[in-house]
Amino acid sequence: MAEQKIDIIEMRDILTKTTQAKQDGYRLSCLSCTRKPDHFEISYCFDKDLSYLVYRIQVPETNPEIPSITSVYWGAFTYENEIHDLFGVKVKGINIDFQGNFYMLKQKTPFASMPNVAIVQKPAAQEVKNG
Amino acid sequence: MAFNQMGGKVLLNLFSKPATLRYPFQKRVPFAKSRGKIGIEIQTCIFCGICAKRCPADAITVTKETKTWAIEPGRCVSCGVCVEVCPKKCLNQANQFFDVYTQKKSESYSQNA
Amino acid sequence: MGNRTLVPFGPQHPVLPEPIHLDLVVEDDKVMEAIPSIGFIHRGLEKLVEKREYLDMVYVAERICGICSFIHGLNYCKGVEEIMNIQVPVRAQYLRTIWSELSRVHSHVLWLGLLADAFGFENLFMDTMRIREQVLDIAEDTAGGRVIFGGNKVGGARRDISKERLAQMDREVSGMLAELKRMGDVFMKDYSVLSRLKEVGVLSKQDAYDLGCVGPMARGSGIAQDLRQTKYAAYGDLDFQPITHPDGDCFSRTYVRVHEIYQSIDLIRQAIAKIPDGPVDVKVVGAPNGEVFTRVEQPRGEVVYHIKGNGTRYLERFRVRTPTFANVPALVKMLQGCDLADVPVVVLIIDPCISCTER
Repeated sequence: MAEQKIDIIEMRDILTKTTQAKQDGYRLSCLSCTRKPDHFEISYCFDKDLSYLVYRIQVPETNPEIPSITSVYWGAFTYENEIHDLFGVKVKGINIDFQGNFYMLKQKTPFASMPNVAIVQKPAAQEVKNG
Repeated sequence: MAFNQMGGKVLLNLFSKPATLRYPFQKRVPFAKSRGKIGIEIQTCIFCGICAKRCPADAITVTKETKTWAIEPGRCVSCGVCVEVCPKKCLNQANQFFDVYTQKKSESYSQNA
Repeated sequence: MGNRTLVPFGPQHPVLPEPIHLDLVVEDDKVMEAIPSIGFIHRGLEKLVEKREYLDMVYVAERICGICSFIHGLNYCKGVEEIMNIQVPVRAQYLRTIWSELSRVHSHVLWLGLLADAFGFENLFMDTMRIREQVLDIAEDTAGGRVIFGGNKVGGARRDISKERLAQMDREVSGMLAELKRMGDVFMKDYSVLSRLKEVGVLSKQDAYDLGCVGPMARGSGIAQDLRQTKYAAYGDLDFQPITHPDGDCFSRTYVRVHEIYQSIDLIRQAIAKIPDGPVDVKVVGAPNGEVFTRVEQPRGEVVYHIKGNGTRYLERFRVRTPTFANVPALVKMLQGCDLADVPVVVLIIDPCISCTER
């Protein structure tokens, strides 16, 4: 299996690294966001001829804001609108900005808070005696 | 050129028997290894609750004090995890799904015999 | 200068298998822009890692989608096994390959039927459904479920297939090949089908690569990339080449999918001939601690899972990026400038699996 190398870079370098990847012939594969206790971690994944390249930035949780990469990859607007709608991270300069209407949800930004791992107690079920 | 690909098949379909089962005159015979409804031999159960913890759909409820085991057919997805993890092997899986019902219910079995 | 009207397409439409909403800005029967919005079927499955242990998440992953269900489960098990360094026995790898290819045959046959329904050819749609029933019967008899196969678990396969049943599967699958070829010929040669598919939704090779297209969308524009070339499961021992077509319109994507059906049947027969004896699972102890980006080839393209564990029995993050999500920008681009009557064909040609897209 291929080794996974994840490069952690600064937020101001993400546009230069993305432009470099585009010139090297990589295509955009995925953007993934994780909620950690005090920051958001966003991973940018690129692929060329079945080899994978991953850059990761860390965004502080108060007033989170990242620059958009749609000037380099036109198709990245779906990922960035999804990160905005589910996590509440603001993205500056998307080419097609849905302003929160991409995902039509009743409860806005459902993933924005820290995950709460707990064993759930189930309520007692309705009784229909069956022998 | 225009019709000979499907045209012959369409004409043949006029004179052959239907491809579907004529229910209720012909009933479907289920396969031997299909995953279906969950049943229990209640006398062997020790009410440990492992099946209830592992159920992905939260369909099983086990009460140790009253020695009751209950399953909700509306929630069960017939995955078969409970059958695999039971330490006493008292759960079994039939090859047909639960019977139809008109109101949501819970089937419960009790050891107070 | 004509009038511009806004035509809402979906979420309920006879042609769509799953709900998606598109706002089409139409001027004199030509579509100028298309604005998608999703979220009708969002179940929040990624948040369920807080409540289900990592061994039980495979059942949740399988139920993200009904058509690509087995390969979702396969990808999850492959990811967790890579984090925990578990070696799956070879027989289990072959069984997973056989069921994956069966799942691919089912998905492509179902899609061909929906495409025929999209341009109104009802007779062909019913014919493909009849062939699909034979595939589902094989799946139910060997794996246990018609649509949700349920054959994967972390550490191997959930059940075994006996030698006699494998030989019978070989005969059934080669018997289906003649019928599939006859159905495939209708899609490749019939005049009414060709007039709806040729020169519709054209994407050049460079455009398809820049927009991030995956799967038959990319291979239909000439990009020869197939994730099965990374030799996961038993694909290292089987012999195949990715199928491409240079034109880049709807006909070439149909060509790729039809020929992938024939290729999958050939792969099933190769795998049945080479499968070794042995156990089908290993015991799993402990909890995953680490992170992985794992990819496999679904019928619709490349699916990427980001799985992260922190040493407890509950995973920290489980992110699914499905191929339809990567093809949505291509859909928006293809709809600009096409006729209003071609919109159902273009929407269906990306093989939309919206329940995968929104999880």
